Amino acid sequence: MPRITVTVDGVTYEEDVEPRLLLVHLLRDRLGKTGTPVGCDTSNCGACTVMLDGRSAKSCSVLAVQADGSDVVTIEGLARGDEWHPMQKAFHTEHALQCGYCTPGMIMAAIDLLRDDPDPSEEAVREGLEGNLCRCTGYCNIVRAVRLAAQEMSQAGERREVRTP
Amino acid sequence: MSEQLDAGLIAERIAESDQLGEPSGAHEVGRARRRKEDARLVTGRTTWTDNIQLPGMLYMAFLRSPMAHARITRVDTSAARARPGVVAVYSGRDLAGEQGSLPCAWPVTDDIVIPDHPPMAVEEVRYAGEAVACVVATDRYKAADALEAIEVDYEPLDAVVDMTEALAEGSPLVHESGNRAFTWKFAGGDIDAAFRDAPVVIERTYVQQRLIPTAMEPRAVVATTDGDGFTLYSATQIPHVLRVMLALTTGIPEHKLRVVAPDVGGGFGSKLQVTAEEVLSLLVTRRLGKPVKWTESRSEGNLTVHHGRDQLQRISLAAERDGRVRGVRVDLLADMGAYLMLVTPGIPLLGAFMYNGIYKIDAYDFTCTGVFTTKMPTDAYRGAGRPEATFAIERAVDELAHELGLDPVEVRRRNWITHQEFPYDTICGLTYDSGNYEAATEKALALFGYDKLRAEQSDRRDRRDPVQLGIGVSTYTEMCGLAPSRVLGSLSYGAGGWEHASVRMLPTGKVEVVTGTSPHGQGHETAWSQIVADALGVPFGDVAVLHGDTAISHKGMDTYGSRSLVVGGVAVLAACEKVKDKARRIAAHMLEASADDIEFSAGSFTVRGTAEGRTIQELALATFAAHDLPDGVEPGLDADATFDPDNFSFPHGTHLCAVEVDTETGACAIRSYVAVDDVGSVVNPLIVEGQVHGGIAQGIGQALFEEAVHDTEGNLLTTTMADYLIPTAADLPDFTTDRTETPATSNPLGVKGVGEAGTIASTPAVVNAIVDALRPYGVHDVRMPCTPERIWRVVSEAGPPASGSGARAGAASAEAPAGTSAEAPASAPGTASAPGSRSGSDSGSGSGSASTRAPGSGEATSSSEGGAR
Repeated sequence: MPRITVTVDGVTYEEDVEPRLLLVHLLRDRLGKTGTPVGCDTSNCGACTVMLDGRSAKSCSVLAVQADGSDVVTIEGLARGDEWHPMQKAFHTEHALQCGYCTPGMIMAAIDLLRDDPDPSEEAVREGLEGNLCRCTGYCNIVRAVRLAAQEMSQAGERREVRTP
Repeated sequence: MSEQLDAGLIAERIAESDQLGEPSGAHEVGRARRRKEDARLVTGRTTWTDNIQLPGMLYMAFLRSPMAHARITRVDTSAARARPGVVAVYSGRDLAGEQGSLPCAWPVTDDIVIPDHPPMAVEEVRYAGEAVACVVATDRYKAADALEAIEVDYEPLDAVVDMTEALAEGSPLVHESGNRAFTWKFAGGDIDAAFRDAPVVIERTYVQQRLIPTAMEPRAVVATTDGDGFTLYSATQIPHVLRVMLALTTGIPEHKLRVVAPDVGGGFGSKLQVTAEEVLSLLVTRRLGKPVKWTESRSEGNLTVHHGRDQLQRISLAAERDGRVRGVRVDLLADMGAYLMLVTPGIPLLGAFMYNGIYKIDAYDFTCTGVFTTKMPTDAYRGAGRPEATFAIERAVDELAHELGLDPVEVRRRNWITHQEFPYDTICGLTYDSGNYEAATEKALALFGYDKLRAEQSDRRDRRDPVQLGIGVSTYTEMCGLAPSRVLGSLSYGAGGWEHASVRMLPTGKVEVVTGTSPHGQGHETAWSQIVADALGVPFGDVAVLHGDTAISHKGMDTYGSRSLVVGGVAVLAACEKVKDKARRIAAHMLEASADDIEFSAGSFTVRGTAEGRTIQELALATFAAHDLPDGVEPGLDADATFDPDNFSFPHGTHLCAVEVDTETGACAIRSYVAVDDVGSVVNPLIVEGQVHGGIAQGIGQALFEEAVHDTEGNLLTTTMADYLIPTAADLPDFTTDRTETPATSNPLGVKGVGEAGTIASTPAVVNAIVDALRPYGVHDVRMPCTPERIWRVVSEAGPPASGSGARAGAASAEAPAGTSAEAPASAPGTASAPGSRSGSDSGSGSGSASTRAPGSGEATSSSEGGAR
């Protein structure tokens, strides 16, 4: 069984894994990182999105062995101490979540979107989050939240790299 | 699950942003409080059922039928049992003696056929995806692997896919008892008189396609036992109902069974169910004495989460030439699927009382036949019966408007109940307590820029622009807040519709609220805290709301049917009032005053005309110490209340949708969407707006994207999210939402339900807009979902567009009562010029019939399927 080394939310793990084990199952079932949920089995919904070496990735579409040597940040590692990431704050402020199941993936995808486009239009947010499905909100407040976070991050001069320092 | 799970520093840190709500005086109710629930959800500290790991836990996987209908002749599990990590393998036969039958709690008629529904098929499978065996193994991969080693022999039987064919003579049978489950009838007024000599009769057939609810969290179950009692964690909307039903089904005594709904990721009706997997998990944990977990994959869920809608609606309207509707006749076929699940047969009945919509009509006749097919059973899906009813009446009223050359808003205006007429007793026997359809409509028209859009539409028609503009109107009301128990009893439902709450003042002055509702995204922890903060005069942050665990919340009817606030929230308020009554007596005793002289304000009980008083927190501590209580008063400051509503709740509103339809490609884009809803008084406008947004999106999903498709063999073709399309962010516009507030008179909060309103309203708004865009082509209908292909085909098969603006017909017919047409904001420029040119546009794809009737012809003439296919 291959042995991999992966850093998740700042902690380094050495794990023996079956080659077929999905990254999301490594996170959830082996490492207890249950903040990242699974919403489908065809990589359509995006609920399982995490940061893999600083870019968003659907962790159901990555094998654990492919993450060998990588840095993973999940929703659980996003806050700095008690200080939420501006995207987390914006989702709360704009009521951009209801059941919250899509939220971890949506937040991760939105952060990556701002990396490419720090001040996205409404349309750009909608296009950029097309790979993340939400059944509760109708997306209006998600779009508002992403644009609010963009504003706040640019005002704070912040373009935070989401990876373990 | 209690909100304390997420308590901690982070919750404190966000207290600042929680103040963002606009203060409404000193009141919490009405304020846009940010949600308490969010802290755990945005940080990943959630307790989804699949997150739960117990020592020694085993994992279940199900082998499912690859055929829609077959006899099981052999199941061999021996090879699977030998696989590494496999603890047990069971076929239906192995469990036949103990698995019972999944319950149906709504036998709608005395002669309804309720077939036996084994959780795991024993002799026959009746839909593709039905469980035939299960593996229990040490991890989820090993369990899935071993499924491959189970051998099952099937003897194929004929599938029964189409409802109409199912009822035909000689159809293959789903069950030996026949394919008709029930026929339910309801009528009011003299329907024959209404249709006799009616100057105008509109007859249409609409297809409510089968939908897959698609909550983002797939179902999951964890069952465990200590050898005596059992605990079941489930992604369910109904922990309380589930506990009762599981006790009845499995024989596990109710007091030995605890059901927990932890964080639940959406439901939309799909988790209002007693599922095979819940029963089987309990049976397996009982057999093995070990905790077991089952989590469905999305593909498995598309097959086996109950489906929604799937009705064939024939609706006829009899009307005067001025547009006033005399009577409505509805003949419905409802696809039950293969079995009757928890409330399967009741779903169309929830719509039966709403086909009159917001209109005053004299006569109504409704017949519904429930039909068995070899497909996944249908059951509740957001709106449950009312979206279907609203769709049919709102589409038919648009057809009437077109037939008469009237603006669709004007026809509605001529028929709706005016605000002076409330309370209004409808032909369906309901009493609409309050509403103001005029106000909501005026506001919506103004926000939408209705006249301007009509002018643009006219211009595009004149120019024969290949991209046509369509405007869809939907004015709805619905019955929700399920429900008065006596009414449920009269409809043969198996339970009541009350809700329970407890309010406990803790010794330190904090408050615990226990609610029988079971939120899964609706924000009850926040909204109930707002109600309690106002009622008891305590800080919002001092209230904790507990729910979703039958060991904590022992009594409840759970969350569905837009009932939580209007029934459960009112129960919370009632419990607060009882707490205050007790506190008042104790305050009077401590202050040596008469209870009648004690005034309550902002959390303090004071003697009238003095500054002397006690805060509710002081009284809580005093009742805890119990050193000096009045005679006959028990220690503690808490109360229970159970609220059984007298009436349903009737939210209403006007939704307007503008679509651009490319007649050359069939592409359809929503250009603007305006919703003005009246949900009575509002506890939290942020949450209300969120519910409206999500509801609209789901209704648009039905109109444009979603359909569960089966092939002729009964195989589901839309098993993944790549095939069954729910709307993405890129598919939807920003919604313009606003409200009017006409308080409900049926409850002390003045509130109405909001959970389903958006979904009920939006589907007809969108389809009306698409049909409106295509009127010049003679199109009367496009079958849902209105995909580009369907739109393109309907346009291609229709004639060339009728010329110019006259295609929309005159804005007001000559018969319109003087005054009303002039008031119509709808009379767009250029539309009043050519009454009569309509007839040319009727010849195209001609669906249904809209006939000017010869006197004396009382019978319905012809009707046909919707124009598109």
